[in-house]
Amino acid sequence: MSVFIPLGALDDAIIQKIAEISGENARRCMQCGTCSAVCPMVESMQPSVRQLMLLLQHGRSGAVQEATTAWTCAACHTCLVRCPRGIDIPRLMEGIRQIVLRQNLDRVDPRAIPAETLAALPPIALVAAFRKLTA
Amino acid sequence: MKISYYPGCTLKSKARNFEDSALASLAALGFEVAELERWNCCGALFSLTTDDLLHQLAPVRVLIRAKQAGAGRVTTLCSQCYNTLARANRLMREDEEKRNTLNQFMTEEPDYFGEVEVVHFLQLLRDEIGWEKIKAALKKPLTGLKVAPFYGCMLLRPKEVGIDSPVKPSILMDFIAALGATPTDFAAAEECCGAYQVLAAPEAGLKRTKRVVEAAHASAVDALVLSCPLCEYNIGKQQRELAAPGGALPVFYFSQLLAVALGVDAGSCRFDLNAAGARQLLEERGLIAAAARK
Ligand code: SF4
Ligand code: SF4
Repeated sequence: MSVFIPLGALDDAIIQKIAEISGENARRCMQCGTCSAVCPMVESMQPSVRQLMLLLQHGRSGAVQEATTAWTCAACHTCLVRCPRGIDIPRLMEGIRQIVLRQNLDRVDPRAIPAETLAALPPIALVAAFRKLTA
Repeated sequence: MKISYYPGCTLKSKARNFEDSALASLAALGFEVAELERWNCCGALFSLTTDDLLHQLAPVRVLIRAKQAGAGRVTTLCSQCYNTLARANRLMREDEEKRNTLNQFMTEEPDYFGEVEVVHFLQLLRDEIGWEKIKAALKKPLTGLKVAPFYGCMLLRPKEVGIDSPVKPSILMDFIAALGATPTDFAAAEECCGAYQVLAAPEAGLKRTKRVVEAAHASAVDALVLSCPLCEYNIGKQQRELAAPGGALPVFYFSQLLAVALGVDAGSCRFDLNAAGARQLLEERGLIAAAARK
């Protein structure tokens, strides 16, 4: 991934918005990469958790909202247990998701789920997915 | 002794094998179970936003039902229900401002202050009944069965509600040992099954299934035990989507192996609801009779 570091004042509106929703401050990240190293979903994310924190610190709100990271996160809380800066990354991911979902933009369409999938999945899978990925 | 019990939605539908085997085991151990009345879905996941309390209502209402039943403690089986209820309970205990807002909003309910204790069934086995008592009650020790624990996320993280150490847990290993089986650690025991991404990002989810199954095969285990219906789906049922080298890996709810070892009627284990290979393994090892099929 190429990272563009803008000169001049960085836009911290997105950091503040996430902090309002989730109580977590992306500025505290020291870019150690532990989260990416332990994240079970990292190979399916673009960019990684650490890279997403860097984009946030640079105020790259467009890139953050395009990133698949928060949508691929499984809220497993592995990173929370390991982050040396004590950042509640799962909450921060929820903040990013909520910024999008609160614009009434769903990430899964319940009507598009095939009937056989609906019949096979345990109710907690459906309730959890709708809680995390629909408005 | 009487236990106040919250089942949750999945145990009443897809995971009857979990509930039935657990209740039969509790009865065999001399416990009486009282299911909460008028319970509702806990919401499946604890809400991680701090500016929106609406999603806390469902788990808090469940806790209020327990309080109304006069229960000092409510027991759960599903790891996700456990985690959601335990975290909501901590919120009600520790955050005065949010507690007041929630209590004021639910005018029809009595005020709740976190009085009820939320415990997972495994905690009850470890802390209340004790491994020694379970060992003494065994009718059919699972001798020779190499079983690995799959903790997943919700029993362990975050550590404030974890039933054991978030990085080095032992409760399921001790449980497996108590059943007379051979506890076998493996590299993915505390990893995530992919959770609800089975719906939204199934390819990413299948990578989790593959990783966990391969790690278990690498440690030559006979079976996994777990406590979450979503883990059971992702690691057990989703194996059908893999060209699994090393063959099928049987996956059990911990309560099913408990029931077998306690000599409870195998009908209560409902192995027909497990993914392929589960019942067959126990039959091959002579732990259940082939006649127990239903
Ligand atoms: S583990 Fe914490 S400090 Fe390290 S990169 Fe991740 S968020 Fe930043
Ligand atoms: S909570 Fe999300 S970001 Fe953190 S380790 Fe789990 S999947 Fe990765």
